[in-house]
Amino acid sequence: MREVFSPESLEALWPLLEAPSWALLAGGTDLLVKMRAGRSDPAAFICLERIAELRGVREGETDLWIGACTSHAELICHPLVERHLPVLHQALRTLGSPLIRRMGTLGGNICTASPAGDTLPPLYVLDAVLELRSQSGMRRVPIGEFITGPGRTGLEQGEILAGVRVEKPGGRQVHHFEKVGQRKAMAIGVASMAALLRLSVDGEIFSARFAWGSVGPTVMTCAPAEALLAGKRPSRGVFEQAAAVAMAAVAPIDDVRASAEYRRRVSGNLLLRLFPEGSTLT
Amino acid sequence: MEIRFVLNGKETQVSTAPDRRVVDLLREDLGLTGTKEGCGSGECGACAVLVNGESRLSCLMLAAQLDGKALTTIEGAPEDGRLQALQEAFVRCGAVQCGFCSPGMIIAAADLLGARPDTGREAIREGLSGNLCRCTGYAKIVDAVQAAFEKLQGGPTP
Repeated sequence: MREVFSPESLEALWPLLEAPSWALLAGGTDLLVKMRAGRSDPAAFICLERIAELRGVREGETDLWIGACTSHAELICHPLVERHLPVLHQALRTLGSPLIRRMGTLGGNICTASPAGDTLPPLYVLDAVLELRSQSGMRRVPIGEFITGPGRTGLEQGEILAGVRVEKPGGRQVHHFEKVGQRKAMAIGVASMAALLRLSVDGEIFSARFAWGSVGPTVMTCAPAEALLAGKRPSRGVFEQAAAVAMAAVAPIDDVRASAEYRRRVSGNLLLRLFPEGSTLT
Repeated sequence: MEIRFVLNGKETQVSTAPDRRVVDLLREDLGLTGTKEGCGSGECGACAVLVNGESRLSCLMLAAQLDGKALTTIEGAPEDGRLQALQEAFVRCGAVQCGFCSPGMIIAAADLLGARPDTGREAIREGLSGNLCRCTGYAKIVDAVQAAFEKLQGGPTP
């Protein structure tokens, strides 16, 4: 039998974190499945769901703060997420199933650090900064530095992921997320891509951000493809060039869901979906 | 551990291991076998229950998490108008085949009807996308949820 602790405040949480073999439970949709498969065997659980300080969405002047223990379903329904972060909103709608989205949390998805984590590519293109808190204070780490490999993060002993801070994107933008899987619900992505394009008033691409899921050990970004589009007017030609660069840059594997070659081609094709089919650009 | 919660409208106190799965607590300790276990990993939806009115997967929930909450299972229908209307519609529309998935389907549909007053056929299909039926009876299930929705809205009944 494992003890289950359900602290109701951060103050009550800190002393519990001193035991290194206790698992943090932030929704349980990954952790409890892992345990059942024999891939995790914590001595006790620390449930984070009752800590109000870890939940909700708060709007600042220039940014949004999302509590790590906010469920995917709550985020989908949240007007600030829908209005300011459409790329995240689109990804959340493809995550798991309505039942999973009621339970799973944004912080749980980040700390599971799966290359296929559906909220991760949007958080990469939004330049999300993670707030890691411990009894002694708080540090902020960009998501790309926090996730270091499949299932591996920079979370230290005594630390939790408390929230995610994202700048509210301003100006003319295109947000896009698409996941290719074997079915719509419950499918782990064969490949996915989040894109965030900022456009100047006369329609030039001011900056482009792309992040791919399921095609490398962590979420993959591709600075050369992004640089290629910056300053250009959107056209099929420049997107084809960027897609070719991206296809060469991703590092997919063969597995039960798809071949590496298929994933590589899908990665490029997902970028092409922005033009002309993502008709917001034209 | 002593756990206090409201089970189908009744104050309940049970003594159990805190890490016992809610699905086991319901089926084995409390004798409420309406809740089914299919995959045991959140993929089939057969074990769905309502916690504080919203759907949860009881195979991925620990007994300790229930403390202080209100749990509704398929047996709670008389206390819950949504469940009642859905059960009647499932029978009327022939949406029950072997019946194994039905409790989870009805719970997921109840959550959908509670959360989305504008539910149309496409939204129903999406709302039930985490529930598997191996009898492949989805069309009639969608019919039933739509009929229950119309009844709850005071619209036409089949």
